[in-house]
Amino acid sequence: MHLIDCPWCGPRDEAEFAYRGDATVTRPAPDAGIDAFYDYVFTRANPRGWHVEWWHHAAGCRQHVKVVRHTMTHAIAATGRATDILEVPAA
Amino acid sequence: MTGRAFRIAGGGHIDRSRTVRFRFDGKEHSGHPGDTLASALLAAGVRLVGRSFKYHRPRGIYSAGPEEPNALVEIGTGARRTPNTRMTTAEIHDGLVAESQNRWPSLRFDAMAATSVAARLLPAGFYYKTFMWPASFWEKVYEPMIRRAAGLGRAATEPDPDHYEAAHAHCDVLVVGAGAAGLAAARAAGEAGARVLLAEQDFLLGGGLLLEPAHEAWRGETLAAIIALPNVTVMPRTTVFGYYDHNMLGALERVTDHLATAPDHVPRQRSWTIRAREVVLATGADERLVAFPDNDRPGVMLAGAARAYVARFGVVPGRRVVLFTNNDAAYATADTLLAAGADSATIVDFRPFGTAAAAARARGIEVLPGSEVIGVDGGTSLYAVQVRRRGTWGSTQVPADLLCVSGGYSPAVHLASQARTPLAWDARIAAFVPGEAARQRSAGGARGVFGIGAAAHDGAAAGRAAAIATGCRVGSEFVLPGRNGDADPTVMPCWEIAAPGKAFVDLQNDVTAADIRLARQEGYEHIEHAKRYTTHTMATDQGKIGGLVGAAVLAEARGLPVEQVGIPTYRPYVTPVTWGAVAAHHVGKAFAPIRRTMLHDWHVRNGADFMEAGLWLRPGFYPQKGESPWDSVLREARAVRRAVGICDVSTLGKIDVQGKDAGVFLDRLYMNTFSTLAIGKARYGIMLREDGMVFDDGTTTRLAEDHFFVTTTTANAARVMEHMDLYAQTVWPDLDVQYCSVTDQWASMSIAGPKARSTVARAVAGLDLSNEGLPFMGVADATVAGCPVRVFRISFSGELAYEIATPAGYALAVWEAVLAAGRADGIVPYGVEALGLLRIEKGHVAGSELNGHTTARDLGLDRMAKKRGDFVGRVLAERPGLVDPGRPTFVGIRSVDPKRQVRQGAHLVEPGSFKSLGWVSSVTRSVELGDAWIGLALLTDGKARIGSRLVAAFPLKDEAVEVEIVSPHFIDPENARVRA
Amino acid sequence: MTRYSGLRLLGHALSGHARWPRAWRAPDPKPSYDVVIIGGGGHGLASAYYLAKEHGITNVAVVEKGPIGLGNTGRNTTIVRSNYLFPENNHFYEWSLKLWEGLEQDLNFNVMMSQRGVLNLFHSDSQRAASARRGNSMRLNGIDAELLDREQVKAMVPLLDYDNARFPVFGGLLQRRGGTARHDAVAWGFARAADARGVDIIQHCEVTGIRREGGRVTGVETTRGFIGARKVGIAVAGNTSRVAAMAGLRLPIESHVLQAFVTEGLKPLVDMVVTFGAGHFYISQSDKGGLVFGGGLDGYNSYAQRGSLPTVEHVWAAGVAMMPCLSRLRVLRQWGGVMDMTMDGSPLICRTPVEGLYLNGGWCYGGFKATPGSGWCFAHTIANDAPHRFNAAMTIERFREGRAIDERGAGPYPWAQ
Repeated sequence: MHLIDCPWCGPRDEAEFAYRGDATVTRPAPDAGIDAFYDYVFTRANPRGWHVEWWHHAAGCRQHVKVVRHTMTHAIAATGRATDILEVPAA
Repeated sequence: MTGRAFRIAGGGHIDRSRTVRFRFDGKEHSGHPGDTLASALLAAGVRLVGRSFKYHRPRGIYSAGPEEPNALVEIGTGARRTPNTRMTTAEIHDGLVAESQNRWPSLRFDAMAATSVAARLLPAGFYYKTFMWPASFWEKVYEPMIRRAAGLGRAATEPDPDHYEAAHAHCDVLVVGAGAAGLAAARAAGEAGARVLLAEQDFLLGGGLLLEPAHEAWRGETLAAIIALPNVTVMPRTTVFGYYDHNMLGALERVTDHLATAPDHVPRQRSWTIRAREVVLATGADERLVAFPDNDRPGVMLAGAARAYVARFGVVPGRRVVLFTNNDAAYATADTLLAAGADSATIVDFRPFGTAAAAARARGIEVLPGSEVIGVDGGTSLYAVQVRRRGTWGSTQVPADLLCVSGGYSPAVHLASQARTPLAWDARIAAFVPGEAARQRSAGGARGVFGIGAAAHDGAAAGRAAAIATGCRVGSEFVLPGRNGDADPTVMPCWEIAAPGKAFVDLQNDVTAADIRLARQEGYEHIEHAKRYTTHTMATDQGKIGGLVGAAVLAEARGLPVEQVGIPTYRPYVTPVTWGAVAAHHVGKAFAPIRRTMLHDWHVRNGADFMEAGLWLRPGFYPQKGESPWDSVLREARAVRRAVGICDVSTLGKIDVQGKDAGVFLDRLYMNTFSTLAIGKARYGIMLREDGMVFDDGTTTRLAEDHFFVTTTTANAARVMEHMDLYAQTVWPDLDVQYCSVTDQWASMSIAGPKARSTVARAVAGLDLSNEGLPFMGVADATVAGCPVRVFRISFSGELAYEIATPAGYALAVWEAVLAAGRADGIVPYGVEALGLLRIEKGHVAGSELNGHTTARDLGLDRMAKKRGDFVGRVLAERPGLVDPGRPTFVGIRSVDPKRQVRQGAHLVEPGSFKSLGWVSSVTRSVELGDAWIGLALLTDGKARIGSRLVAAFPLKDEAVEVEIVSPHFIDPENARVRA
Repeated sequence: MTRYSGLRLLGHALSGHARWPRAWRAPDPKPSYDVVIIGGGGHGLASAYYLAKEHGITNVAVVEKGPIGLGNTGRNTTIVRSNYLFPENNHFYEWSLKLWEGLEQDLNFNVMMSQRGVLNLFHSDSQRAASARRGNSMRLNGIDAELLDREQVKAMVPLLDYDNARFPVFGGLLQRRGGTARHDAVAWGFARAADARGVDIIQHCEVTGIRREGGRVTGVETTRGFIGARKVGIAVAGNTSRVAAMAGLRLPIESHVLQAFVTEGLKPLVDMVVTFGAGHFYISQSDKGGLVFGGGLDGYNSYAQRGSLPTVEHVWAAGVAMMPCLSRLRVLRQWGGVMDMTMDGSPLICRTPVEGLYLNGGWCYGGFKATPGSGWCFAHTIANDAPHRFNAAMTIERFREGRAIDERGAGPYPWAQ
């Protein structure tokens, strides 16, 4: 079970969080058009490796925690607040 | 043999002063505290204890631990019958009832043993090649036959009367296994100051130490030292079964299985979720079998197990002993048995004559070096062993009633492997050992460091290193057993003895060496293919004693070294885990929490019939004496249409939104505009998902310039909050907005009907209820019975209506005050069913229409979209498929014969056609239309079909009901009543 | 191909089974093929088989990075059914079920397709309505379905909790023709039958690149060298994003882990496939006697074939809540599979923007039942460079066009699908 270091609450069990997907996609400008929104909502890099993603601390502080996690080893390299820019390891 | 006791007079870890009585297959036996079912039955002279899976061959006790493949029984009776229980770990207690399994009619005379005769027809994978003709015979004939023959024990069919518990634990160092290595590790880590958990699957701590009288003093002293440490918790009868991410491990504690009478309020078993900073795996090693013909007969036993029965349980499992070994360590078994009074012992050593053989001969033990066992004589018990010199033909018969086998030891790397620790081949012991891993180390036998002294030293070092890794300083030094007594662990690999007959590599699943070779011959040569084709290692023991042997047979057939072929992936669990223990208390009524509104008890007292709405219990209707459900629902709805009713709507989600940008935030979340809403006014809103589908609806009220009150549907309350969190925090973090769920803080009730104003006017103080004072969609604060309330003039039923919200603690006082005020108007409480009826008549959408498949356009709600500005879902709602005029749209239906029921889930088709044009989302009987059946539907070209007739087809009940397509607004399309 | 039969088994018994031939050859890759299928799971092998059988295209290779059939084909809970709501799905799955019904004879391999019935329980009026809508849709499309009330369910599955359930059983939607099959045998049976028609099955050959010239596929780079191909089909569910990325494609897919479990062997206890409606849980009993069961996704992107304990706790609790006698049984093993989760829960069998490159993936957690139908439709799509009507809707473009096939209505949140 993942142990996620919430920037507000400290290390907490995965069971307290709700996963909310890829944090690398950015909502396009309102007038960006269907293709841009299609990419934002539907397409994903889906890497086997480091993945930047949202974990909503639903049973805790209710903040979205940004997490850099490896999708093969489940190791977590970094966690941060929603607006933080986190370093992603090379491999 | 009869007449002489198998139990020896002294020694071991049983309490001879007390007698425990139990039954096996109907016969009463006795044993002592400290016995397992296996040791007690061996003491009683029982040798045949089970039948194998496929051939129903007679089987005896093979091991003395959880690796047992043969000795599985059903323990307990009735609802407590527990199949496939290992005799070798089950502690006996007074009144224990055990029964052999997978045999008919009895263990001794098993009719299914006839399959043994046809064994030649049943090689590995035979079922893939036959049972195909005729096709229909598979389900009718072959499969039922196979299913009856397969399986092991019988499950109980009644609900489990016992209860279970889940618990969490955190520690600096988790030590798994309390043998020499584990005890030393726990003491070292504990004395260094680390918080330590020591988990041991056995009921006694000591592992291999329990077989070593010479080390008993050290065991006692170490245990005492550990128990004295306040920072060390010892958990016996606790099997660590799984190793998960981030050093989290799962464990199962058997709390009461060993007790004749369980204390009240104590769970039968407890599942533990353990988070450890460091883990020491001191799980020891499993002895391996050797594949020779008939290596499965009762009387054949692992050498270490035979020694355990003598040294730990004081039972001599045989008098005339043959020991077949490829290593020095097993020699101790012969000595132990002879010392316990065995008549003879012959050691068949696979290796050339060496120092251990010489020493044994010097002790007067017969040793046959460079020899091998090529078969045994006996059926349900053993009377001789066939031995030959390696490389020769023919064999010698050695009389024996016990054949002890040791093919060497394989470290128990199951947990390490689950944690993806790489495994390396150790040629010295011919086994895999775990390599380096983060925050985890193996110690002692678990990494091939065999012998009490060596393991203890290794364990102490691992315990210390683990403690230091958690920030502790080096603790005390303490005395450890010397390494002098340790046997040389080197083995000469001995996997299979080539001789005619069935040589098993997986005893429980009846997989032979020949099966493995057949798999390879047919192309199933990868270890995972061979495993699946033959079922090797897939039995309940997960191949602990024969897994590597099968791999070695495969390797030899492929001409590869074993380490290149490898072993099948270790999957959780180390040993099988009780289902109920992990489910714990989340079963039965406690499977999910029940949410009740503040008015629940009133509803109960007033005869409500409840219905589930997610986790909520809501009053469905309030039947009066003699009323059918429909009578009640129609009466309640009629009261609302003609007089006044009151309904508990507290379950609706409520969110308080505040901040400078609250209006902007809501504008972006909803397709409507809220920033222009006047203070003191409410507006109905539609929320989309980003893909353009409708997500939720509800009314939002503006209480102040920077303060809004949002309601959601009951079902989506939590999801809407998450949705807000996502957008507020990750998409528009610049907005100045705060919000909070206040669902539980407010109770709310809807008072609806032409006489609603009259009722509410009598109930509330300080409020002008005229259309000028509180117009439709107006909101104002007031009091009811002295309690603060907020009155919303909103309507879901289509009638003049007020929703009164009050801080939850005042709910009952306000509710009863309104009821009292409405008595003169004939007020009636109405439930969710009547509410549904009313909203269907009005043509309001609800959960059945907001099912994630519909767009605002489909539901006729697109006119609510703001003309300018961003909102979630706006762009993707314009995708071509979603604006396709062919999409089903929202309509009403009414049964042409008003008495004919239309059902929810029916499809709308042209008469005689099977092509679905749409589906019926909601139905009810209508009080406005003389109790006629009406409904709402999503229909292709819906608008254009209004006025036409279709069939509501419900082929599941062979029903086809003619319906007329109508407007979804059955009453008051001009919305005059709500403004009355 | 040596035909398998009871008689043949008898014959081989007399020779001690020493002469059974390999089920499929172990060829070296040729320099080029008409079609290369990437992925030796059930879907890839079935695609190759139907290319050969239905379209006469036998110059085909299936390249697999490990041994065949050990991905999701060997990791699922073996359920076969066609009880879908939308016609885009239920026509396809029904065709697949029809292929299942004749598969043993077609492949001459006993895949143990057992039509024991699949029963979906419901626990409220609204769930009943949703089940009815789905069942009626099936019936209108010629698929068997029955709506059972509580008493009928009780007669059929007496071991459910009828007395103390948090969410009482209201009834169930039954598809009698649904059931289970032996998962490994499906991969092996298709491999053997494809091999017999000339298909090269190349194990331990990992694709490392997809070579293109002028927007057209020319072959695949592998750990065993370049293999030329006029057409390339991707059938690597779980890893679709990674392989498709080799051709520059970014897909509406996330990889998620789904766990499955099996108990110790038992005498017959659960006769049919039963699914719980008040929590994500499904169970059946294998012919060997183990209860095979599973639940929902762990719910985070993962390529690791293992899951986490909170999901385990939920799945097991749902099991005991549904069938209280399960409580005393022991669970033997757990494992995880990597699911290609699409943004609507439905699969992809389609052409791609790269000419000559075809995609079969996005099976979410329902790929096993689709195996024959998927192979059949994929073969058709590759052979004709156009989909069959059964898979015409299963395109990548549907998301862009607003034509998602979202049975659950859960939206583009794969972890919630």
